[in-house]
Amino acid sequence: MAYKKRLDGRKPGELRPITAKAGVIDRADGSAYFKIGNTAAYATVYGPRELHPRFLRNPKKGLLRCEYRMMPFSGMGDRVRPGYNRRSKEISMVTEKALSPVVDLSDFPNSVVDVFIDLPETDAGSRCAGICAASIALADAGIPMKDLVVALAAGKVDDMVLVDPNYDEEAYDAEVADIPIAVIPSTNEISLLQMDGIIKKTDLKKAMKLGLKATDKIYKIQRAALKDKYKGGKK
Amino acid sequence: MNKDLKAHMIEVLKQGKRFDNRKHDEFRDIKIEKGVVKTAEGSARVSVGGTTVLAGIKLSIGSPYPDRPEEGTIITNVELSPMANPEFESGRPGIDSVEMSRVVDRGIRESKAIDLKGLGIDKGESCWLVNIDVVAINDEGNIKDAASLAALAALTDTKFPEVKDGTINYKKKTKKGLDLSKQPISVTVLKIGDDFIVDPTIQEERAIDARLTVSTLKNKSICALQKGEESPLSFDDVQKMVDLGVKTGAKIRKKVK
Repeated sequence: MAYKKRLDGRKPGELRPITAKAGVIDRADGSAYFKIGNTAAYATVYGPRELHPRFLRNPKKGLLRCEYRMMPFSGMGDRVRPGYNRRSKEISMVTEKALSPVVDLSDFPNSVVDVFIDLPETDAGSRCAGICAASIALADAGIPMKDLVVALAAGKVDDMVLVDPNYDEEAYDAEVADIPIAVIPSTNEISLLQMDGIIKKTDLKKAMKLGLKATDKIYKIQRAALKDKYKGGKK
Repeated sequence: MNKDLKAHMIEVLKQGKRFDNRKHDEFRDIKIEKGVVKTAEGSARVSVGGTTVLAGIKLSIGSPYPDRPEEGTIITNVELSPMANPEFESGRPGIDSVEMSRVVDRGIRESKAIDLKGLGIDKGESCWLVNIDVVAINDEGNIKDAASLAALAALTDTKFPEVKDGTINYKKKTKKGLDLSKQPISVTVLKIGDDFIVDPTIQEERAIDARLTVSTLKNKSICALQKGEESPLSFDDVQKMVDLGVKTGAKIRKKVK
């Protein structure tokens, strides 16, 4: 079945509705909530603080440590068992790599900045939502940063190149590709790139271009969330 | 907690006051929002003052215990996620989280608030599993009682998904819900010095001598108790604490619905 119109009626380059908020968890040093469609992520930052285990300590700079976790009730189907699995470990690692180019921890030797990404509900694109939330939370915590990081998924369903596929599109019965991308807007560098599915070289290029075009909108929303918190000198 | 601060806290409590100006039996503001997680069959976000927890219910089909072939099962889990408090660590659940899960579980199970027979599908073959998961979002004291409130609120929000030929279609919810008219609610009463308080802040939790969690039903009967921490309690202490727990439970119950 040819995919002519998106299941939820969006245009190919159109993102799902986004809300973002900085400073949502008072106990944390920095925090953020980022929701795109029905995928929601909390990011909390604790640190710089003492790093355990000791052997990870680096006398030249601090360590950025990310942890991605789906809440048990956040999956579309069965309950997600809490705790580590291979998927969450890998996503935690690529999240770290996506964020670390903008974070400067050279002033905090031997310490750690912990970023916890917790997802209460997901409908595809959860690692990207997590990265978007995490970069707002890091800025909220006052960690020295060169820029924010914007992440989104580009993709292809049948013959249509598009951005921000939802779960139903990823599960569509045709050739499907899902391409999570993270971008540092000020330099246009790509700090995360993955691809699952099947796609031709020309379509990959098209999809990435379409994705990069949509990053601007998210970047604006992220900055607005931060400005909103500090508006009027409150808190 | 340092000795002088604790002595000061005991002194203030003796005068009938608390550091945040509440009365001994006064809860902070309770806020309950239901239906906040679309992927869950039932959900609730509950805040008690600055403390926030999120509860979600996932229903699945499994096989019943051999000794109870006609009944379904409930499984409760409280996650003290490291996002909520700098002292919480990731990894395997610690003893605090296990105790909390068990206390929330007992409040619901022992009250018979959920009809387990009603969760049976095919005798000895299949039944509903009710997974209650509570995740701490922000800890400013008394996660325990917030978790029990959130579990109850999420259960009342639950709608069974459609089942066709033994498989669940999670996208379609039916109108069938769970009956929780007994409303089990737990209140943890703390003993600090010779005084008893409810709904502690983090600071008060650090000064704790003993605690007693009292779970009660709408008809005021008690359905679960759990004593915690180091100090033993006298018979009179227990009576006072149970009394305070039952009374406070009734007050909260009015706010729940």
